[in-house]
Amino acid sequence: MATAVAAADTFPRLLAAHARERGASPAIREKDLGIWQSWTWAGMAQEVRLLAAGLAARGFTRGMHLAVIGDNRPRLYFAQLATQSLGGIPVPFYQDAPAPEMTYVFQNAEIEIAIVEDQEQADKLFEILPQCPKLRHIFYDDPRGFRHYKRDELASYDSLRAEGEAWAKDHPDFLDQVVAQGKGSDTAIMLYTSGTTGMPKGVVLSYDNLINTSRAYAELEGLRDDEEVLAYLPMAWIGQNLFSYAQWLVTGFRINCPESAETVITDMREIGPTYYFAPPRVLEALLTQVTIRMEDAGSVKRWLYRYFMGVARHVGGRLLDGAPVSFLDRTLYVLGQAFIYGPLRNTLGMTRIRVAYTAGEAIGPDLFVFYRSLGINLKQIYGQTETCVMVCVQPNGQVKPDTVGPPMKGVEIRLQENGEIVLKSPGLFVEYHQNPEATREAKDADGWYHTGDAGYFDADGHLKIIDRAKDVGKLQDGTLFAPKYLENKLKFFTAIKEAVAFGDGRPEATAMINIDMQAVGDWAERRGIAYSGYQDLAAKPQVYELVRECVEKVNADLAADPKLARSQIHRFVVLHKELDADDGELTRTRKVRRRYIAEKYEGVIHALYTGADHCWVEAEMRFEDGRTGKVRAQLAVREAKTFAPQAAARAA
Amino acid sequence: MTAPARAFGDVILEVEGISLAFGGVKALTDISFDVREHEIRAIIGPNGAGKSSMLNVINGVYHPQKGTITYRGEARAAMEPHHAARNGIARTFQSLALFKGMSVLDNLLAGRNLMIRSNILLQALRIGPALREEVHHRRRVEEIIDFLEIQHVRKTPVGRLPYGLQKRVDLGRALAAEPKVLLLDEPMAGMNVEEKQDMCRFILDVNDEFGTTIVLIEHDMGVVMDLSDRVVVLDYGRMIGDGTPEEIRNNQSVIDAYLGVKH
Repeated sequence: MATAVAAADTFPRLLAAHARERGASPAIREKDLGIWQSWTWAGMAQEVRLLAAGLAARGFTRGMHLAVIGDNRPRLYFAQLATQSLGGIPVPFYQDAPAPEMTYVFQNAEIEIAIVEDQEQADKLFEILPQCPKLRHIFYDDPRGFRHYKRDELASYDSLRAEGEAWAKDHPDFLDQVVAQGKGSDTAIMLYTSGTTGMPKGVVLSYDNLINTSRAYAELEGLRDDEEVLAYLPMAWIGQNLFSYAQWLVTGFRINCPESAETVITDMREIGPTYYFAPPRVLEALLTQVTIRMEDAGSVKRWLYRYFMGVARHVGGRLLDGAPVSFLDRTLYVLGQAFIYGPLRNTLGMTRIRVAYTAGEAIGPDLFVFYRSLGINLKQIYGQTETCVMVCVQPNGQVKPDTVGPPMKGVEIRLQENGEIVLKSPGLFVEYHQNPEATREAKDADGWYHTGDAGYFDADGHLKIIDRAKDVGKLQDGTLFAPKYLENKLKFFTAIKEAVAFGDGRPEATAMINIDMQAVGDWAERRGIAYSGYQDLAAKPQVYELVRECVEKVNADLAADPKLARSQIHRFVVLHKELDADDGELTRTRKVRRRYIAEKYEGVIHALYTGADHCWVEAEMRFEDGRTGKVRAQLAVREAKTFAPQAAARAA
Repeated sequence: MTAPARAFGDVILEVEGISLAFGGVKALTDISFDVREHEIRAIIGPNGAGKSSMLNVINGVYHPQKGTITYRGEARAAMEPHHAARNGIARTFQSLALFKGMSVLDNLLAGRNLMIRSNILLQALRIGPALREEVHHRRRVEEIIDFLEIQHVRKTPVGRLPYGLQKRVDLGRALAAEPKVLLLDEPMAGMNVEEKQDMCRFILDVNDEFGTTIVLIEHDMGVVMDLSDRVVVLDYGRMIGDGTPEEIRNNQSVIDAYLGVKH
């Protein structure tokens, strides 16, 4: 890395350094009208300069916030850079957020200027304008549909740029002056966290946070300036901001904006990213697509796919980890590479991937292993907006599906009494914007950040995340009980849609299970099991048998885990109805509301712990039109086999 | 946001005293109305009222026995399809007119075939002017793809697309000819509510952004009343109403034709 880039401590300085050192090489591309259009580092620096001048002409100065709303578009990236060049703070929004949810952020951050992608976003801002009197200017990128708008607040990106061009002539060195005033501890960006309770909180991140984190990742993975990255996740998400923005400016690689949200898969194939980031749901959607297309393929192809994917599951991960593999297995894997893995990776656009990360939620082991067995170096990382995603990352060669790896360099982790992870990290946020109370709650006086997650280190020093700390309880014998961990393990089976585990203050763990109508329905049809509806299907002995197998697999897994071996599920019921947000059993984001369920299904839980072989439930159901009805059903309670803890020796 | 009162240009198309019969069946009797530049003109009526026949007269598929068609100041007894196409009248079809095995992109390029100037030899060799011309045509087609938001199916064979998308591609195919007047034959038929909303938006945008004059046949009354500037009502081949949606809604003979008359 050249010195000017290595020494730069703010994004505007990094931009200037890249424009000097690799001015002619492409920095950002966008597919538009079917062609990849690109901007070089020098070209982009010029764009940013003009835009910054335009903003300055409109009275935007150091310390002010600016809203950026839209899909990944080069001009929105320029807008972020221009804001930062002036010492201002960009606040990116989720482009699909409804207007009322934006109001609070506009008020909280006292935003005066917004740069938006298109008419859709501008309309939302006009809707909330009466509640946000500070908002003065809205600039749009795509002019489509604006022809008849007569609003003083509205102007196009192009006109702002033109204003900037004129203004820059009168103030030739304005940019150098403001950039020179910047320092690493300045606020670089503000990201609002969704906030499951109360109002969203603005997480203030400094240049130091983002740049140190990016440098740590670059060093860890050996990132170079010739990486190709697809910028396709929401700009308001920390993952996108770190891996496709901060990392981009630190390393000097290329980012590529897809044509539209629907074309991401095709665009990814064309670009062939080398460095890739995807939350589990994206990886899952890709796998589903592959599976469906394979079902439609001819019998020879299907056989080849099944056979070689079996080989890959067995061999691929070990090859990636550099573990010993027999000659025969190696040969089979090479054949599989020619027939299946190579073409499949190509279809997925993953041929050139050197490092891929996933984060955001727990990833199912099958899903994770699928990608790794194809030879894609997919790794889990752990972190939150508040830590710039700089906590743990799985090291090359030591990837375990159920841990997130050891702490990164410079990160200190302590585990609290209740298993809560508290940490210090170079990426640790400055504060919550205008919310000292929340800041104090999250970051104690000594600077330790309380994540709210519970976990523990395994024998190799890898962190294992098990649950939210407030949900973690203890069995009667005092061993750790993490309901969400069990529930996630259960939910990774396609047959199980939702699960609720009980065990806090009890002698052993039990579970209530919801089957997945689609998956189990298909399964039943293929076996010629007739059923009349959800309730009937859920009560079938064969379905109970299917669920019991899943529970026992989970138990076998748990038995191998020294800390959680006692949490094996002894008894379970399959519920007669789906847990539903309309009935208050789940939140709108499909999280289980434990306390409410424990009250509502008291009878069922009683049966789970008294050894009864069935119980009656009567539940009120709310139909979609608002009427309520009662459902009465008999539920069978079944035992599941548990296993003796195996790894006791390793635990010490 | 409400658009300001719309301004229309001169009459671009006028039909006068059109009568069309197939043997003894009178499809149209003495129909007269005009279409102004830049407006959205709807033709409505119950089944068998002669709406599609009217459209076919306008673009020259049917030759009426009586009457004149005046298009851009030039009066004729009947249109010819190729004449209509060359002079800026394009249409979409109720039953779609697409090459099912060809990609969306190729279908739209096919829609521009009347505008291709270079000869087949130059095109085959891909040299000089032919190449430049192809780049130009591809660009225009890409603009339409962008406009209709069908980038994700650019290279998908049309036959594999859901019906609502095929309708959108058919509209794109007609737009590719850069028409002055666009005839839409039941653009919403067979669509669900969401697809209808999308289609309405595209029709309004075409009218607004490209300034295209639109003549459309539609069954969905809600759509017609929201979309159109003026409406012609046909019933049994006769014109029973002509006016703004508001006027049509209060027109007694239209109400009778749709709701029936007490005997």
